[in-house]
Amino acid sequence: MNDVTLTPDIRTKQGMAISSENIILVKDLVKKFGNFIANDHLTFQVRKGEIFGFLGANGAGKTTAIKILCGLWYPTSGELNVAGYDIYTQREKVKQNIGYMSQKFSLYDDLTVFENIRFYGGIYGLRKNEISERAKSLMEKLDLSSARNKLIRDIPLGWKQKLAFSVAMLHNPKIVFLDEPTGGVDPITRRQFWNLIYEAAHGGTTVFVTTHYMDESEYCNRVSIMVDGRIAALDTPEKLKYQYNASTMDDVFIRLARGK
Amino acid sequence: MKDPVAVSVKNLTLRYGATLAIDDISFDVAGGELFGFIGPDGAGKTSLFRVLTTLLVPNRGACFVEGHDVVKEYHQIRNLCGYMPGKFSLYLDLTVEENLSFFATIFGATIEENYDLIKDIYVQIEPFKKRKAGKLSGGMKQKLALSCALIHKPRILFLDEPTTGVDAVSRREFWDMLKRLRDGGITILVSTPYMDEAGKCDRVALMQSGKIMKIDTPEGIIKDYPYALLAVKAGDVYPLLKELIQYPGARRADTFGQSVHLSFRKGEIQPDELQRYLIQKGHPHVDIEPITATIEDCFMDLMTIN
Repeated sequence: MNDVTLTPDIRTKQGMAISSENIILVKDLVKKFGNFIANDHLTFQVRKGEIFGFLGANGAGKTTAIKILCGLWYPTSGELNVAGYDIYTQREKVKQNIGYMSQKFSLYDDLTVFENIRFYGGIYGLRKNEISERAKSLMEKLDLSSARNKLIRDIPLGWKQKLAFSVAMLHNPKIVFLDEPTGGVDPITRRQFWNLIYEAAHGGTTVFVTTHYMDESEYCNRVSIMVDGRIAALDTPEKLKYQYNASTMDDVFIRLARGK
Repeated sequence: MKDPVAVSVKNLTLRYGATLAIDDISFDVAGGELFGFIGPDGAGKTSLFRVLTTLLVPNRGACFVEGHDVVKEYHQIRNLCGYMPGKFSLYLDLTVEENLSFFATIFGATIEENYDLIKDIYVQIEPFKKRKAGKLSGGMKQKLALSCALIHKPRILFLDEPTTGVDAVSRREFWDMLKRLRDGGITILVSTPYMDEAGKCDRVALMQSGKIMKIDTPEGIIKDYPYALLAVKAGDVYPLLKELIQYPGARRADTFGQSVHLSFRKGEIQPDELQRYLIQKGHPHVDIEPITATIEDCFMDLMTIN
């Protein structure tokens, strides 16, 4: 096998060195709902500037783990440190230093492009002049200036996705959590979206992303795969493919996740 | 006797107020075909299925399902088709068993009389038959929804994005089930945004913004791809992509997992020259390989034409 494919895992896809500093530290995370164990002693770290893929079959426990990392749900037990803050005692600090975007919830359909930016800017505690500056540069960058006063429900899905991502980044968070951000979008827009992700990571933002598109998992520095509440594998895509004797991440996933 | 053309659509147009959802499309689906509609959100797939299952009246066009006009003979169509609408369509507060029983009953069937048809699928969720549907995982919900769409033994199935939001394992299993159903003689129309699923269909229609860009077998679509493709692989995809976008002579550069697909006009492809160029630009270790197009390459090319 060509040694080019075994990328050392401390280089980014952008050619920059990832800091060895960990921005997310999880140790023995457990989450129970009654007798059901949704997260069963998860232990992992995410490095600053990494694009970290978080995969798993439906029902494997991904959404539960993400909600806990974002400070939305309390763990049953375990240690968690996100963006430098303890999840038990400094939840509000965690929330101020992260961004979140998902397929199901991102922007308000009945507000305009600009109104959404202004609204989220306010929630993130930005000052009025910061909001107008960032709104202007964001809209120019995404070529949305002409759509400033259009309602979100009236703009195409691809524009919504890119805007939602940029809004999640508005306050320059240390980490951005993306929950299936590219579902249903055409293949060209999907790649444009990933360019935004690469740029964010190049700028030092850590990206924590879940996806059902297996080719997208290949864009990540490292990928973890959850099966039945546990992490069944965690490594670079190259090493996972080598370890499971697979030519694509799709094959790795099938081999691992078929467990149930 | 079964109509050899199961679905016939001519010049179909549908508007929601000022929005044109379906823009003058025409196609036929043969009896017993597994026919895929591939395209992103907004392509018109859901609207098309609503017209064919007689839930929406078109603004223009002539559509027939199993020989019946979708507007004038909607009663007959509703009895002979099974429909799995997008997202989730079942009763979340009823159990698995109760959902199945409900759908059988409203079509005047019983679970017992058609159990053979759904057995392969239902056995996978049977252990959970007393669980409320709302508590099932995505993959299990899909299996239940498919069972409910089949329980009255329809001649034709309309499945609107049955694999969206479902993990890769469940997706594969679902398509295996569809192939077995097709082999049993049921005509199946499926829509999906996943380009890799096109290869599992007998024929596909590639859709974008209310129009059909192309209809053919997956192999036929790939054969018609007019350009030559190279897959370029180096350590880091993103810097490589930025270099390749600038490469003179290349038409498109797109990331595909850990490679970049670079397209050229046929006859203009020069892997050695590309290798030298990349070495010069600071990418010493590159793998360059000519490849056949994937459906996704074809789709992106057709998108840029339209």
